[in-house]
Amino acid sequence: MPSLNTQDAANARRQLRRRRRQAFLFVVPLLVFILFAFVAPITTMLFRSVYNPTVAELVPETLEMLEDWSGEGLPDEATITRFAVDMKRMANDRTSGRLADEINRALPGMSSVVKSTARGLRRADDAELAANGAEMLLAENERWAKPATWRAIRSAGQVYTSSYYLTAVDLEYDSEGEIIMRDTQIYKQLYTKTLKMALIITGLTMLLGYPLAFYMSQASPATANFLMVFVLLPFWTSLLVRTTAWIALLQAGGVVNSTLLWAGLINQPIELLYNEFSTILAMTHILLPFMVLPLYAVMRGIDASFMRAAISMGSNPIGAWYKIYLPMSLPGLSAGALLVFIISVGYYITPALVGGTDGQMISNIIAFHMQVSNNWELAAALGSLLLILILVLYWLFDRFVGTDNLKLG
Amino acid sequence: MSRLPDYYTIWHKAGHYGLRVMAALVLVFLMMPILVIMPLSFNAEPFFTFTQGMLSLDPDAYSTRWYQEIVDDQKWRIAIRNSFLVGIAAASIATVLGTLAAVGLSSPFMPYKRLITALLLSPMIVPLIIIAAGMFFFYTQFNLVGTFTGLIIAHAALGVPFVIITVTATLSGFDRSLFVAGLSLGASPLKVFWDVVIPLIRPGVISGGLFAFVTSFDEVVLVLFLAGPEQRTIPRQMFSGLREQINPTILAVATLLVVLSATMLFVLEALRRRSARLRGQE
Repeated sequence: MPSLNTQDAANARRQLRRRRRQAFLFVVPLLVFILFAFVAPITTMLFRSVYNPTVAELVPETLEMLEDWSGEGLPDEATITRFAVDMKRMANDRTSGRLADEINRALPGMSSVVKSTARGLRRADDAELAANGAEMLLAENERWAKPATWRAIRSAGQVYTSSYYLTAVDLEYDSEGEIIMRDTQIYKQLYTKTLKMALIITGLTMLLGYPLAFYMSQASPATANFLMVFVLLPFWTSLLVRTTAWIALLQAGGVVNSTLLWAGLINQPIELLYNEFSTILAMTHILLPFMVLPLYAVMRGIDASFMRAAISMGSNPIGAWYKIYLPMSLPGLSAGALLVFIISVGYYITPALVGGTDGQMISNIIAFHMQVSNNWELAAALGSLLLILILVLYWLFDRFVGTDNLKLG
Repeated sequence: MSRLPDYYTIWHKAGHYGLRVMAALVLVFLMMPILVIMPLSFNAEPFFTFTQGMLSLDPDAYSTRWYQEIVDDQKWRIAIRNSFLVGIAAASIATVLGTLAAVGLSSPFMPYKRLITALLLSPMIVPLIIIAAGMFFFYTQFNLVGTFTGLIIAHAALGVPFVIITVTATLSGFDRSLFVAGLSLGASPLKVFWDVVIPLIRPGVISGGLFAFVTSFDEVVLVLFLAGPEQRTIPRQMFSGLREQINPTILAVATLLVVLSATMLFVLEALRRRSARLRGQE
């Protein structure tokens, strides 16, 4: 056998490098695309949750001057004058509204103060404003004479802040910079509620999916394939179509209410829609295939003779199922459960359409802050927390179930 | 399971038939909502329930007026056009880039395979609302919000994981020595890819593309955040219809979509069988 020399080793190494480069080149276009279209947006969102330059861009000089202020008593006159001049400028280029929103977030009630002051100073004389702007500002509203107002401006002016994360878990900074509980506890409750609903939905899909998958796995291949159509068709149907169907069914004048009225079970239509009940019902229906498919895939591989053997030897079916079948079908069950749970935690459309007020989940509040209240940083902070939750769940999934078990259709 | 074993007691039999009943009930639960909206979409009255006339099969109680309304309403026509435009463009991008990447990823020489695969599949895991918020922040900087380009890019990113999964699955049965043989005969990697690999993995590529198309076709969260009034798609139009003024036109659209997804399902199943046959697994 000829011995290998260093030349051969170098050749082999070069060849390996070339093969690696070749394989990598195939992936490059998609990698670049995903980095731009997907990874960069997610990173931007994470960044946005701690970064808010709005106030710093609107009143840079004032903030710089406030740096030297102790936080007790009023800032010096030059600082207040500078702010008054800034107010006039913002009133004229229509940016005072943005400042009002930002400061209001740090100190509730300031929005109207900033807006009315901006209106008051809009036509002030420049020279006069430069000379005794401080006096003019204090005359506009008494709250400008309070140190808390200036502390709020200073804290709203911080470009990097953890305050949105604090808000997202119902905490806040008090005026001394200590972390305290907020008066209104919204988000922790909302996270709990979202998790609770996701758990209920997961439980329901298990309860409904297990017998169906079991039956299908015991049936002849032809029957199983036929029944599979009834699982796959809803799976493939647009989720808006399925949500529409539930609205049509559950409406006050819908099929369910009319049937119950006709049967004489109720005297007047009952409220079935726009609540937690309808959200859970519709989501269970929408997510059920995600439970049945992995369960069926695992159950099909379990030899039926195990169960038959146990029963023929005198075990009752429940005991045989619990001791033999359940442990063997557990991989499918946990795959389905984690899949359904992960998807339902981040669900938006169905709660938005049939949830009413008490069926709202965390995604809906994120959308609310994105579209209605325009508190994008808070939306980003809530979204980042949700993302962390999902990634942890997914890591568990990968660890205990393995992503290779995921199959489509 | 035609005949029950003789050693079954009455309780075993009860359990056996009980299971049948439960499975049947779950299937009814799965199918009923979809089946109910179909006849309702032919309701002559603007109601969401079966009228007396419909129940007694009176032909006058049925009509196609809601379907006519889709055809007459310009908003729906534009939405249908937009949905197909965005869906086809997004699926094409996802399919071309995804197939190339899947070939690279299934090579045994691919460096950082786990990390890159996880990265490319991540659009499937992250909740849509988070993707939507992030894309809104990021795409605004490039003036992509409210444009078709922005929406197509966003939907293509969503479709990529499905293409990767289906094509990688097809490639798992692919004989890599064919690739090496092509290279050794002097063809460039791209030529081998085009002339040897593509014909063999075509069913997987097509079903991956269909998955990507359906993903875009159904998607509404990103549309809500990224699309302007000119980019309204069918799901977007349904979403506002369900929120604002709900009428049976939506049921007619829903029925058409069910028919479409049924067609899609059968095409995909046929492709899956063909792919399995090509790999000699059937």
